[in-house]
Amino acid sequence: MSEYVIKNGHVFDPVQGIKGDKADVAIKDGKIVTNAGPGAKVIDATGKTVMAGAVEIHAHIAGPKVNLGRIYRPEDKLFTCTPTRGMERMGGGNSIPTTFKTGYEYAKMGYTTAMEAAMPPLFSRHVHEEIRDTPIIDEGAFPVFGNNWFVMEYLKNHEIENTAAYCAWLLRATKGYAIKVVNPGGTEAWAWGLNCLSINDPVPYFDITPAEIVKGLIEANEYLGLPHSMHIHPNNLGNPGNYTTTLDTLKLAEGFQAKNKFGREQVMHLTHTQFHSYGGTNWGDFESKAKEVMDYVNANKNITVDTGNVTLDETTTMTADGPFEHHLTELNHLKWANCDVELETCAGIVPYIYSPSISVCAIQWAIGLELALMAKDPMRCFITTDHPNAGPFTRYPRVMKWLMSAKAREAQINAFKHKDKVLSQTSLGTLDREISLYELAQMTRAGPAKSLGLASICGGLKPGMDADIAIYNINPDMPIANPEDIEKAFTRAACVFKSGVEVVRDGEIVSNGHKRTLWVNAKVKENPQVMRDINEKFLKYYSVTQANYEALGHHFVPNPYAIEVDAVQ
Amino acid sequence: MEEYTVATIQVNLISGRSIQQGVAIEGGKEKPAYRTAAGIIELDPSDLKKLGAWKSTNVRVTSDYGNVVVKAIETTQGPHPGLAFIPMGPWANTIINPNTYSTGMPTFKGTPVKVDVAINEPVLLGIELVQKSCGVK
Amino acid sequence: MTKTVTDVICPFCGTLCDDLEVVVSDDGKQLLEVYNACVIGTEKFLHSQSKDRVTRPRLHQPDGTWKEISYDDAVEYTAQMLAKAKKPLMYGWSSTNCEAQSVGNEIAEMARACCDNTAAVCHGTTLIAVQDIGIPSCTLGEIKNRADRIIFWGCNPAHAHPRHMSRYSIFPRGFFTGKGQMSRKMVVVDPRVTDTAKMADVHLQIEQGRDYELLNALRVALNNEWLPDVVAGIPKEKIREVADMMKSGRFGIIFFGMGVTQSLSKNHNIDEAIALTKHLNEFTKFSIMPMRGHYNVTGSGEVFAWQFGFPYSVDLTRGFARYNPGDTSSVDLLIRGELDAMFTIGSDPGAHFPISAVKHIANLPSVCIDPHLTPTSGVSKLHVPVAFNGVETGGNCYRMDNVPIDCRKVVEPPEGMLTDEQFLIKVRDRLKQLKGAA
Repeated sequence: MSEYVIKNGHVFDPVQGIKGDKADVAIKDGKIVTNAGPGAKVIDATGKTVMAGAVEIHAHIAGPKVNLGRIYRPEDKLFTCTPTRGMERMGGGNSIPTTFKTGYEYAKMGYTTAMEAAMPPLFSRHVHEEIRDTPIIDEGAFPVFGNNWFVMEYLKNHEIENTAAYCAWLLRATKGYAIKVVNPGGTEAWAWGLNCLSINDPVPYFDITPAEIVKGLIEANEYLGLPHSMHIHPNNLGNPGNYTTTLDTLKLAEGFQAKNKFGREQVMHLTHTQFHSYGGTNWGDFESKAKEVMDYVNANKNITVDTGNVTLDETTTMTADGPFEHHLTELNHLKWANCDVELETCAGIVPYIYSPSISVCAIQWAIGLELALMAKDPMRCFITTDHPNAGPFTRYPRVMKWLMSAKAREAQINAFKHKDKVLSQTSLGTLDREISLYELAQMTRAGPAKSLGLASICGGLKPGMDADIAIYNINPDMPIANPEDIEKAFTRAACVFKSGVEVVRDGEIVSNGHKRTLWVNAKVKENPQVMRDINEKFLKYYSVTQANYEALGHHFVPNPYAIEVDAVQ
Repeated sequence: MEEYTVATIQVNLISGRSIQQGVAIEGGKEKPAYRTAAGIIELDPSDLKKLGAWKSTNVRVTSDYGNVVVKAIETTQGPHPGLAFIPMGPWANTIINPNTYSTGMPTFKGTPVKVDVAINEPVLLGIELVQKSCGVK
Repeated sequence: MTKTVTDVICPFCGTLCDDLEVVVSDDGKQLLEVYNACVIGTEKFLHSQSKDRVTRPRLHQPDGTWKEISYDDAVEYTAQMLAKAKKPLMYGWSSTNCEAQSVGNEIAEMARACCDNTAAVCHGTTLIAVQDIGIPSCTLGEIKNRADRIIFWGCNPAHAHPRHMSRYSIFPRGFFTGKGQMSRKMVVVDPRVTDTAKMADVHLQIEQGRDYELLNALRVALNNEWLPDVVAGIPKEKIREVADMMKSGRFGIIFFGMGVTQSLSKNHNIDEAIALTKHLNEFTKFSIMPMRGHYNVTGSGEVFAWQFGFPYSVDLTRGFARYNPGDTSSVDLLIRGELDAMFTIGSDPGAHFPISAVKHIANLPSVCIDPHLTPTSGVSKLHVPVAFNGVETGGNCYRMDNVPIDCRKVVEPPEGMLTDEQFLIKVRDRLKQLKGAA
């Protein structure tokens, strides 16, 4: 394997505490090494910024609802198609890019690892087929557990060991990465057209509350000692006044301590927090409660969050929060797709236009930025757009520009039709903080990697870690003349390495690398009761046989990277 | 050759699956079973009577787009007076409306046809019918 | 001695039953018996064993005979044909696995072809409607466990999806439907008294081609507004009765088929059916699902969509994907004489396209990949038989509700026969050489 040395760049590495010093980064056999060998190819990074490859902690990029989005939105491909060219297969799609385009666009921005945010277990083969067809970036997928019949039945009786055994079985059967929870209980209620809007609303028939589901899954997660924590999309997404539900949900983590061998310190990751930080009682008096939410997050170290920034684009919303999507189509009357999944979950899809002329959208935009600017610990607050829900992931450089430049934010605020509402309903106008490059590295590299339990592998430039490296055309020694330069620099990296292979040079794809599928193999002691329950449910209630559910052959996961967890206690 | 005086009937033709057609295609479209399953037109007894034909008589079915000889049988999924059913396949596709009206989809269901007795005309086998229509040896 | 392979997936229709049991000889070469399949699935498995199978590629001769050639020569013919063509069509894909479909896409991209699947003559109009209005749907297990109102509109599962009603939609005792068929009310809308209609609680014997009006009338009935005495041949009292029945359920489903996708109003029918479903969600939980025909047409749509962005009728001739049904769809392309080569796989357009389109296939350089002799192979220049997918080779397939199930290999293919995927890989590699490596 090749040897490289990236010379003389300004290195930002929160793992080693390097804050822009000029340093060399050496690569050998796919890893970062302390010293370059004599034959190492030199990459001159003089005047450039060097960071680890970025880590996407939550995006909807592979699977049945993503693809249904592609199928039902041919208009998303208008003017966005890219031809077959050199190494690149053809691509298309703006808010829902095709899989080849997804891989290329992430790589060109210097992202090297991405997590598919919600995998319906019955459809895991589909998720893995799309992951396999997404070039360059390592990926993992989170199976959803928060509306699962097995989980609800076990947790009703607080059977943590059984819940943990089932979770381990499901992670293995689906080659999944973490315990994801979406609208706990509410999505099962949606199969009858109902919902759970607070953490205490009981689920029809199963008679368990979202609070019990969440706490039970936190316990099961720590019982197993998984690399990532329970990852939650709370109840009541998108409704004015929902910040109280969010605080109730965050408080469920109180008293729990992270137990794992991966350096993870949080027990709950709350995702796309922007959608959950709303005050007011209706769209008229709609206001930001970002401060209330971040005050709590800042004070409670066993929590990590990601922002879910609105990018002011036409995009497509898609989520396992089925009832929310129905609610959204009733609001904006755009086409609605839905799929309830037996015993497990649901998915809903509705296009959405975050228009800068609409005060609500402008306030949503502000809330996403407030969350990041109010975060006291950038290692616990990560930048996302919940792609494609709040905006396409290709807008990350724009979000970074807004966070790093008060001038850019001001320009956008001034451009809003309802600027006065943004200023009165949020506190963004009072925040002049500018995220530094080091903090950016924390919020997009080291922080998400640590939260995912991947701190020893990626998100940093410490020798021994994977050589996932991005070089950007930003010179930290020179003041930024124009905020657009920030966006430009992060849109097309000068050079990107993935596992020690140069994949992007001057913004162009030069290699597909050898992407891996990350998954977690948790071993628990044999649990005959859980196995009997699984057998029974397949025999009676599923529409596929157990043998066919479990079969995930090599052709689906051609290059697996299993993270072993020993939970035999 | 005997000549009958029988009436021509006008019916509305639809095409679709039948279980016999499904079995026949898996058995091989070159075989007689395919013709037996799909080289037929299912007519309501009242239409057969108007036609003046016995069941299982060969008939010629003609539309604006072509004509084909198939065996007329009494429907097993009726009554449906005025409606005729030829299972999906090359016999039906010789005469159904090929126009897609810019949707990409031909109009397999709902083609006005007339049916005449053609007692001495043979019903061709499936592959034979298509090859002949296309001028392929 | 024999052994029984369990959990076998049937590769015929979109029902994609996965509970078959197949008894094979110990050496894995002979398929002896099939259990649990319907008659069509049974025939598919057993016929794969027939002694008269074509096992080698054959080239049509001017005098009407066929000359057997090697797979390598067949690869060469196919690659040359695709390399030389300016606008080839690669059609079918519905009776093969996703792995083969994916290799096919690589070839289509290199050859700058049009590619299309059997949705073109089946549920293509459904896809157009979904692109207009969306689709509230669910998986088949949800029907089994929850549904108490089942509507079959313009489809005849007793004939086309024979085990659908027993596995998912009418008979099963699910979690919330312990009384099985007694828990459910069934409505069939069909111009004929089909074998499915004979089982229904209500059969609306609609005037053929008038589905749009009846769907719309049901929506009017949901709103309790005025109706004419008769709509589409159905009296208004009956329409209101059915509307009330649908509203009064806990979980309803509309299954629909060719009766609405292929009759004159086409995609507008489906649009209205989906609008009705969405409307019903104001009263109770309702979903809608197309009865997909081939066992992996859904898979072809999925693979096209995640790789190219569109589910069928994709035109790659300009080096990027374009989509415009009516313009880029197979039947229109053939009838307008726009193609200069035809590649068919996993389907039979010779039997299922209008004859005016098939005449064009006969006049073009053409290749047909199919284990069977078919009207398509009969008018193509080259016929390449391959192993039966789902019998002699495995591979991923997608059921009508988009659930992916990995088909199994049950027996060995005849000696020396290739699978679709193997043949396509050879064609791809040869085409890459002919086009000059990128």
